Amino acid sequence: MKPAYDAAQPLAAPHAHAGHGVRQTMMRVQLALLPATLFGFWLYGWPAFFLWLITLAACLVFEFISLRLMGRAQIGRTLGDGSALLTGWLLALTLPPWAPWWVGVVGACIAIVVGKQVFGGLGHNVFNPAMVARVALLIAFPLPLTTWVAPLPLGSAAAPGFVEGLQITLGQLALPDAMSSATLLGHAKTELSRGLDLAQAFAGSTAPQPSWVGLRAGSLGESAAPLLLAGGLFLLATGVIRWQTPVGVLAGLAVPAAIAHALAPGHYLDAGTHLFAGALMLCAFFIATDYVTAPATGSGQLLFGLGVGLLTWVIRSLGGYPEGVAFAILLMNALTPIIDHYAKPRILGRTRSGRPIDPAPAGKET
Amino acid sequence: MGLMEKCFTRAWGVHPETHKRPAADVPTRTLPVPERLYVSLSQHLGAPARPAVLVGQKVRKGDKIADPQGAVSAALHAPTSGTIVAIGEIPAPHPSGLPVLAITLASDGKDEWTDLEGCADPFALAPAEISQRVAAAGVVGLGGATFPAAVKLSLSAKAKVRTLIINGGECEPYLSCDDRLMRDAAAACVDGIRIMLHATGASTALVGIEDDKPEAIAAMREAARPYAEVCIRPVPARYPMGSEKQLILTLTGQEVPADGRPGDVGVVVHNIGTARAVHAAIRHGEPLVARLVTVNGACIEAPGNILVPIGALVEDVLAFAGGLAAPPARLIMGGPMMGLALPHARVPVVKGTSGILALAAAEVGARATEPCIRCARCVRACPIGLLPLDMARRIAAGDLSGAVRIGLKDCIACGACAYVCPAHIPLVQYFAHAKGELAAQERARLRAEATKKLAQARTARLAREAQEKAELAARRKAERAAATSATASDTGAPA
Repeated sequence: MKPAYDAAQPLAAPHAHAGHGVRQTMMRVQLALLPATLFGFWLYGWPAFFLWLITLAACLVFEFISLRLMGRAQIGRTLGDGSALLTGWLLALTLPPWAPWWVGVVGACIAIVVGKQVFGGLGHNVFNPAMVARVALLIAFPLPLTTWVAPLPLGSAAAPGFVEGLQITLGQLALPDAMSSATLLGHAKTELSRGLDLAQAFAGSTAPQPSWVGLRAGSLGESAAPLLLAGGLFLLATGVIRWQTPVGVLAGLAVPAAIAHALAPGHYLDAGTHLFAGALMLCAFFIATDYVTAPATGSGQLLFGLGVGLLTWVIRSLGGYPEGVAFAILLMNALTPIIDHYAKPRILGRTRSGRPIDPAPAGKET
Repeated sequence: MGLMEKCFTRAWGVHPETHKRPAADVPTRTLPVPERLYVSLSQHLGAPARPAVLVGQKVRKGDKIADPQGAVSAALHAPTSGTIVAIGEIPAPHPSGLPVLAITLASDGKDEWTDLEGCADPFALAPAEISQRVAAAGVVGLGGATFPAAVKLSLSAKAKVRTLIINGGECEPYLSCDDRLMRDAAAACVDGIRIMLHATGASTALVGIEDDKPEAIAAMREAARPYAEVCIRPVPARYPMGSEKQLILTLTGQEVPADGRPGDVGVVVHNIGTARAVHAAIRHGEPLVARLVTVNGACIEAPGNILVPIGALVEDVLAFAGGLAAPPARLIMGGPMMGLALPHARVPVVKGTSGILALAAAEVGARATEPCIRCARCVRACPIGLLPLDMARRIAAGDLSGAVRIGLKDCIACGACAYVCPAHIPLVQYFAHAKGELAAQERARLRAEATKKLAQARTARLAREAQEKAELAARRKAERAAATSATASDTGAPA
């Protein structure tokens, strides 16, 4: 249906604009991700870089193909808005850094085609595309998605070189057993399921130790929690995101974790470990804050964040998977429309239920 | 407002770059009366005025040339002395450029006032008398809405308002005519405010001035010093602070009901320019024939404020302001947030013209529309607490009643949402389109109802007529039968 007015020539007011665009927002988020990503490249070496590059490139390619098939105009501009790049970047940060190339490509296909474009493209998807891909990959290919490597910083003797790194990413070089390692959350889950309590689980010298700076096995986006936190604070300071979602996520996880740990320290990890392990920081500042799939109002975002945090803790502590961020995000994404329905701002001059307010009784004036 | 309330009150509005200076600091200039003036008959809210002069008639400045028509309308006066040369159509100062009726006046160059009847002691006059004189002077709200001031004064007196709020906010960027007026003519403004207090019966006047106008605040404070009932209240500079509901909320902490008027909370709001016009009308008997217009924008050679006779063409004003430095991307009447884009410069200045802006492309910042990413900046900017993104989505899908359910009719079209939208979605245009469509639907519904009533009446009438006919026929038949039997008995009787 053609609208009755010509939107291509918006001559209606306002005749001024604050200046920012979609692209600037996406670029700023990517800038905030850069320190953590570079740290990850250093920590896990060339394979991590190649996987990241392949995932981003594949996202752009699938975006291009989708737009082409749908007959969209101005494909170049849509590709340039940075949204596909950002999706690819977030996905890459949640993958095991030494995963083979096809994991990135299949993930990009799921994220862009299934997660985003079939819903109508940017702004229309119900679920976070990167998390859709992450969960689909985890369920379809559990082995490559749970094969982690111990940190081998660039420049260290055992770190793979450029060519070796390329071979690892292309699947030409088998991963030596000695290099593989469990993530902290994975280790805790395995040991707990063996009937050991946490004190025993982390007693051994081979057990992964909590590391605040992130020198441990994990995905690109979980090692550098402090850098992600810094990036998140940058986004807060520049007004790209607001405090409600991150605070909700952090509190939603930390509060039940602290209570459970106080009650049964042998069975539940403490809040600090929960916050700095896994993809929680990435989730709180970069994934749960995705505009498209989260509620629009401040109160809605707080509720959404609390839900994500709580579900993450529930899945991590009581569920079958060691990490629950992606599942928690998808579950809360599904609730976003209903949160949006109830968490509306009050309209000026109306009550919460939408009825006009009664004017204040005369003579009350101060 | 308590601390708790402050913490939980939603932040609203936006902070656009003001661009008010240097134009606001340039001394006010006066436009020499152009050779021809085009006084539009539709320059106030309500019905257009009815011409009260004939072509060829000579008038002096201030003579009435058109009468108000209906309850909400205002008189028009000759902006200078000269001859009426035409009463006909000219392009309207509106994006459509559609024709509007106007009185064309050829100036005789003398600019000679008619006999004016002032009043030395307005406070001895009855409030109704003041309203009457304000009406006779053709004063309308000079903030932009151009509601006839006299109607508002008498309504306030009836509603028993306690507080008169004077809007000196001037929250629109670029505009500084109110700022300039308060700096140059603070005493006249305060006198006008006091007369309006008398006319409305309100006990206090609160003058809200945005805190980015320290000179105006100082001048007004000085002028209002002797009068305890006139309080100058600086308010935070924020758009749209000058919106009636926002200013009332900020100054009194009271919320106007969504279906009500400011009078419901004992308040009436007038613009500062209106106060000055009331002063001129009552003290000196001067009708509203000129106004201060801000001429501003990157394409203006010499920005500033100019006193312009009503009916001067925009191109005359632009030429007086040094002409255009570059062809503007957009020519606007009013402010950049709510003003109207002009089709060209051959349209006349009207009573509601607060500014003429010639904006360069970089100032307008127009870009191609992108998909909504639900960033909710519009939600935070909305001064009313609406969800512009959801309303636009529903309107785009044709779900107008859905948009109304979430508050479309509460929208004041301030443009804060579209100003911050990173996807450059023309939100205001969506809302204006939907409101227009709803009005058209309402008209169609009323028409259909009227038609239905007429049709039902016709059916009822036809049925009634048919019944009457049938009854008549039955009666005649009965009469005829009676007559026949009578004849039969007549004929039978002798047998």
